[in-house]
Amino acid sequence: MEDWQAAGFGLYVHWPFCQSKCPYCDFNSHVAAQIDQRRWAEAYIAEIKRTAALVPGRTLRTIFFGGGTPSLMEPETVEAVIQAALSSWNAANDIEITLEANPGSVEAARFAGYRQAGVNRVSLGVQALNDTDLRRLGRMHSVTEARAALDIAQASFDRVSFDLIYARQDQTLAQWEAELTEALRLSSGHLSLYQLTIEDGTVFGERHARGLLRGLPTEDLGADFFDLTQDLCNAAGMPAYEVSNHAKPGQEARHNLIYWQAGDYAGIGPGAHGRLTRDSVRFPTAAERTPGLWLAAAESPLGVTDMEHALTPEEQAIEYLLMGLRLSSGISLARLSAMLTHPYPATAIDDLESLGLVHVQEDVLSVTAKGRPLLNAVLEKLVGAL
Amino acid sequence: MTQLDLIRNFSIVAHIDHGKSTLADRLIQMTGTVADRDMKAQMLDSMDIERERGITIKANTVRIEYPAKDGKTYILNLIDTPGHVDFAYEVSRSMRAVEGSLLVVDASQGVEAQTLANVYQAIDAGHDIVPVLNKIDLPAAEPDRVKAQIEDVIGIDASDAIPISAKSGLGIADVLEAIVTRLPPPKGDRDAPLKAMLVDSWYDAYLGVVVMIRVMDGVIRKGDRVRMMQTNAVYGIDKLAVLKPQMVDIAELGPGEIGIFTASIKQVRDTRVGDTITHERKGCETALPGFKPAQPVVFCGLFPVDANDFEPLRDAIEKLALNDASFSYEMETSAALGFGFRCGFLGLLHLEVIRDRLEREYDLDLITTAPSVVFKLHMKDGEVRDLHNPADMPDLTYIDHIEEPRIKATIMVPDEYLGDILKLCQDRRGIQLDLSYAGSRAMVVYDLPLAEVVFDFYDRLKSVTKGYASFDYTISEYREDFLVKMSILVNEEPVDALSMMVHRDRAEARGRAMVEKLKELIPRHMFKIPIQAAIGARVIARETLSAMRKDVTAKCYGGDATRKKKLLEKQKAGKKRMRQFGKVEIPQEAFISALKMDS
Ligand SMILES: Nc1nc2c(ncn2[C@@H]2O[C@H](COP(=O)(O)OP(=O)(O)OP(=O)(O)O)[C@@H](O)[C@H]2O)c(=O)[nH]1
Ligand SMILES: C[S@@+](CC[C@H](N)C(=O)[O-])C[C@H]1O[C@@H](n2cnc3c(N)ncnc32)[C@H](O)[C@@H]1O
Ligand code: SF4
Ligand SMILES: [Mg+2]
Repeated sequence: MEDWQAAGFGLYVHWPFCQSKCPYCDFNSHVAAQIDQRRWAEAYIAEIKRTAALVPGRTLRTIFFGGGTPSLMEPETVEAVIQAALSSWNAANDIEITLEANPGSVEAARFAGYRQAGVNRVSLGVQALNDTDLRRLGRMHSVTEARAALDIAQASFDRVSFDLIYARQDQTLAQWEAELTEALRLSSGHLSLYQLTIEDGTVFGERHARGLLRGLPTEDLGADFFDLTQDLCNAAGMPAYEVSNHAKPGQEARHNLIYWQAGDYAGIGPGAHGRLTRDSVRFPTAAERTPGLWLAAAESPLGVTDMEHALTPEEQAIEYLLMGLRLSSGISLARLSAMLTHPYPATAIDDLESLGLVHVQEDVLSVTAKGRPLLNAVLEKLVGAL
Repeated sequence: MTQLDLIRNFSIVAHIDHGKSTLADRLIQMTGTVADRDMKAQMLDSMDIERERGITIKANTVRIEYPAKDGKTYILNLIDTPGHVDFAYEVSRSMRAVEGSLLVVDASQGVEAQTLANVYQAIDAGHDIVPVLNKIDLPAAEPDRVKAQIEDVIGIDASDAIPISAKSGLGIADVLEAIVTRLPPPKGDRDAPLKAMLVDSWYDAYLGVVVMIRVMDGVIRKGDRVRMMQTNAVYGIDKLAVLKPQMVDIAELGPGEIGIFTASIKQVRDTRVGDTITHERKGCETALPGFKPAQPVVFCGLFPVDANDFEPLRDAIEKLALNDASFSYEMETSAALGFGFRCGFLGLLHLEVIRDRLEREYDLDLITTAPSVVFKLHMKDGEVRDLHNPADMPDLTYIDHIEEPRIKATIMVPDEYLGDILKLCQDRRGIQLDLSYAGSRAMVVYDLPLAEVVFDFYDRLKSVTKGYASFDYTISEYREDFLVKMSILVNEEPVDALSMMVHRDRAEARGRAMVEKLKELIPRHMFKIPIQAAIGARVIARETLSAMRKDVTAKCYGGDATRKKKLLEKQKAGKKRMRQFGKVEIPQEAFISALKMDS
């Protein structure tokens, strides 16, 4: 068995367009006046076919339309892409097909079409449940619209998740407690709860660098936010299965699990990354980020994806640690050692275990609830010991 | 070869920032030595750290040609010197190579502490002195008052002091003319055996060791075989040049001339500043008296962050010492830090400059241990030991008493800040010796412990007086006091590199300040860290650095694996500036910063 098979194979499709750019967002998203959706569909299809030729005969467990704002795609575009994928690989019986959607009324109107196209899971970018904060986050929708979109989504799809951003400017613990309680009530089994991150190269990043972004929580308050979030979600039966992802048992996002469990995935679209194993050698892929350039490359005979530099055993192990330890379920030490081609040194683990930050049970290394908020520091130690 | 009476050699001396380097710029520019388009401000300050800090650290020599009013063209060798007290050795060394000095005084500031210190050195060196009043373009300039001050305070004739603005160029022609008419030509005998003074040397990546000389007697030519009289090393001259300020080859240098040579010198130790250079055969009999060696007063350990960098560090220190005779070093080992060097400096700025230069010019990452002065330990058996490093403090039961170095500090300050200065000196265990006035400026003389002055006194002085006070000092004597070793424990483990000698009465205050500062300087760890100051087994101050509470990336999906990996590498590079003590990582800056007191 090749290593990736422990987690399986999925397809990520990146749609790089949004209606407007949110001030906190550093995703590869662009605002475009006109988009020729047919041309884009053809380009995606060409790339999917090329990729399938590189890794043929796979069983496709998941497809994920991410962005940008994939809910700006016409249902026909989505359908064409899904069909291309299904005819290029063997679909798993329970294939999960997710589409990220913004909770505006225009998008909600397309939900039926997406369902028809084969989408069976939707992830809605709700972000906040009060209009003041939605505005401060630069979002185009209102709480009323978001709730309506959520209703329609829950009626249209088997599985629906939504995203909230917390630890926002001037947010108090009490406000977040009320908001999250409400969200847990609205949820149908999956929630992504992200602490606001100030990213370089965004409007917030710029303001922050100039000292103009006020009211952000201190490290201690941020930690309190995180703890409160864990408490409320645990009590509601939606514990974190990953740092920022909460689900009722069985409702986890299977596509994202492929990333965290270091499976293989094809990344199609501007700026998309992939990991593909060929003849037991794992290759990272990264596509051109600029939409126009990507489109031109995809339309050229050579295509976008190139697989030149394989990951070294050490890089593979680092990625497995970085991604895998985000999961509450942890990683397999045997798998880690196999990637490394030698046993992982136990001393690094011992130190962290004595601090109560990680836990080892038989083959499984996991980060404890106490260690999770310190994950970066824990990873630095574990990776440093390689 | 130039006729002696057509040569003038001089240094430019002044208090810090009075405009020496700017005046040098104008002299270089007015004589066309450097084309206008190649000029930049303070062009002789060529090191990065000189440009960043806006101060001169190394003395620099330039040869310029000046067609004077008498119709003859003169060769002028000017040496621009640093003003800061930590680099006073550069000044005294430079003065030995020349016959005269331009004494620059900022006409808006007047005579300051280093004006005095430097002019007395020039007088001692037998120089003729031309006073120059600079910055007369400033509205606050009071040339007449400053003239009177020069006469009153220094006691030299200032009636024909030259008013100039080095910035605008006003009065520069008068300075050039005065150099020729008021400063003496050098003396020397062309036919005598070669006798040249080794004034400076440095390491150049392309040329190797470069030696700067002042010829006293005889003539030196390319190809000559010369001998360094102290070390007896013999070399053949490969390249002979003058600095304009870039090197321009020259066939020979005669008496009174200043220039540089290279000679494939392998042993950096062969070149000693102050040495006499003569021909291998038919050399001169007696050497020049040499320079008085500099007396380092602040010591600290320098260790490579990466233990593998010890050899590169040794190499770098040797090369740097070549360029700076005022800095001393010897090998040291520390339990926590491994192999390194115990280095001596003339002050804290000097220490920071050397550390900076080692890091930048030789691409090293260094740990600097807590600086210390030299204490004298009088042992019960009558032996007297020098203690350079608090970590080496022997068991107290063997010690009878401890002495520390004291200084005589001269501080000049406008009247309104006098109270602040007196308080600062009092806080630092000072004893007032004298207080006098020159106009509205007070001159206070204090007896102070060097240890209280060395770290941040100068910074404090500047901040309490908004930069209006000036300061100079000389070491006076060793004196007994109630001194103890204070150790710092981080996470219950003593960190030798942070231990220091303190006066018992000040120990609590210093200990408290230290642990508070360290609490800010050490980043949070995954566990809480007690930080303590102790005398022997007794803890006198304690702080607790609480554990890190949150450091986690919120979003991490497919595309982020690569990004996260890069981030981790960046973090690792940042960690290079940390050193592990037990389980705790202490950033490299902590060792010096922890000593700088805020009050
Ligand atoms: N207004 C005015 N400013 C001047 C004049 N000469 C120098 N300065 C300024 O004074 C500052 C210090 O000048 P420098 O030439 O670096 O002084 P320095 O004496 O060489 O200083 P150190 O080498 O650090 O002792 C700079 O900001 C100069 O621009 C002048 O004639 N007028
Ligand atoms: C690919 S993004 C956007 C999907 C969709 N375009 C939207 O905005 O709703 C997925 C999620 O990442 C989260 N996110 C994006 N930038 C973030 C930031 N700087 N800090 C915290 N969460 C962020 C948001 O919750 C967002 O819904
Ligand atoms: S957060 Fe979503 S909608 Fe906003 S710019 Fe980013 S991708 Fe587009
Ligand atoms: Mg200068």
